Amino acid sequence: MTTRLQTVRRVSWAVVCKDLRIEWNSKVLLNQVAPFSLVVMIMFAFALDNEGILQRVAPGLLWLATLFSMLIIVQRSFAVETADGALDALRVAGTEPLGIFIGKSLALMVQLFALELMLLAVALVLYTVEPTATGYAETFATMVVATVGLGFVGTLYGGLGAGARGRETLLPLLLLPAVAPVLIGATRATEAAFESGGAQSSQGWPWIGLLAVFAGVFGAVGALAFGPMIEE
Amino acid sequence: MTTFQTAFEAKSKTTGTAASKKLGAATIVAVIFLVLSGLIFSAEDVVQGSTVRIMYVHVPSIWVAYLAFALTAIFSGVYLSNRSRSLIWDRLAGASAEIGVLFVAVSLVTGSLWGRLTWGTFWVWDARLTSTAFLFITYIGYLAVRRLGGTFRQRARRSSVMALLSVLEIPLVHFSVNLWRTLHQKASVADPNAKVSLDGLMLFTLFWGLISFTMLFAWLLVHRQRLMALEDAVQDRGLDRAIQQRRTEAGL
Amino acid sequence: MDHASFIIASYALTFVSIAGYALYIVRRARRLGALTSDDDKPWI
Repeated sequence: MTTRLQTVRRVSWAVVCKDLRIEWNSKVLLNQVAPFSLVVMIMFAFALDNEGILQRVAPGLLWLATLFSMLIIVQRSFAVETADGALDALRVAGTEPLGIFIGKSLALMVQLFALELMLLAVALVLYTVEPTATGYAETFATMVVATVGLGFVGTLYGGLGAGARGRETLLPLLLLPAVAPVLIGATRATEAAFESGGAQSSQGWPWIGLLAVFAGVFGAVGALAFGPMIEE
Repeated sequence: MTTFQTAFEAKSKTTGTAASKKLGAATIVAVIFLVLSGLIFSAEDVVQGSTVRIMYVHVPSIWVAYLAFALTAIFSGVYLSNRSRSLIWDRLAGASAEIGVLFVAVSLVTGSLWGRLTWGTFWVWDARLTSTAFLFITYIGYLAVRRLGGTFRQRARRSSVMALLSVLEIPLVHFSVNLWRTLHQKASVADPNAKVSLDGLMLFTLFWGLISFTMLFAWLLVHRQRLMALEDAVQDRGLDRAIQQRRTEAGL
Repeated sequence: MDHASFIIASYALTFVSIAGYALYIVRRARRLGALTSDDDKPWI
């Protein structure tokens, strides 16, 4: 006999591996999403056209680019589920929904984190930010906690309209207001880490706390709501 | 059979009943009195002058919006927890959200008109204003989820989950926007309500506004919910049937 | 009354939009009510 916990763990591991393997084979993140976010970062520089301002607002631009790219990744993450009725098949097979939720969230988090690392490198070069050693530690802490929250919310809202026509255009409208707290928290924390605009690096930690609350709340709610949401 | 008669010989073509007609008449009287009292009878505020009159429509509309969104969440919760999964709860939730969106839009516009008079600008990045804007956008998203298509059960399930998620999202947004405004940049905006000291008739007018807008909401909710039932019924019968009906009506 | 234009505008905007919405509901209900049978109207 296997317990429910073991089932959940097995299912989520299988889903993570499946999603990451799909990504590894198709390389959509590498070939499409990453270049897109790069072009967004460059376009921000065109729009603002001032190195001082760019340096000052670099944290906000970094997170905006992350959120825009996240929309594409979430879209993609559920497009592969609904294209051949894969989600229906999983459901009919009686697969533990909690396992699917955790698995899809983890796969999304891994992809997002990889993207954020790349965007950080881009920001360091293009926006000439120079964090200190503690600044780097704070930036990485922010990225980890924010990514966990984004992964849960993205999976939750991505699954909301799964299968319905017209959901591609709807996702940004649903997801962006929901992740506004992440944009606020992560931007302020990263500003503190980069010490941009006279911020001190110690000011970042309360914002990381906010991000942790966000991640916790949406993780718990997602675990409860994902099952009823995808049923039928 | 006259050209206007339908194949169903429907006794009633409207969503009104005797009770809802009485409510409607009472609401109209209440609103007329509110307008008279708000614009003419009540006194001007010592500090704000006549601009305080905007409050009598602004505050009741945001009250109705909060009431409507709270009810949307409650109806959605009832739908999900009820074993029978009666669609009436879903329709009530949808109708309530739609009315809420209308009233939040009204209160945003009247609020910015009021702000232009008291603060000198239409908009300030104040925590309350910003989270109200998010409230507006979130429930527009909710209404869009309802229009995704699929069966009525799918619509009901998706939208009730979305309504419960929104109830969760709103406090988080409000909390973080609040932190953003207080920690990051000191709020420089004077609170318009704090300056107002209301005398007897002004306070009465405000309460009258709350009552009459709640009646307005009740009337709209009842009728919108019934209209939604009709929309579902028509959709159930299929579009072809409806078109056929229209052709017979027009005598083609 | 000072700022009469702003005040009248807020009242007008509020009540015109609500009345417009109510009118939309009533007219649409009339149209769809004619297409449906009494069984679809449990409130009768």
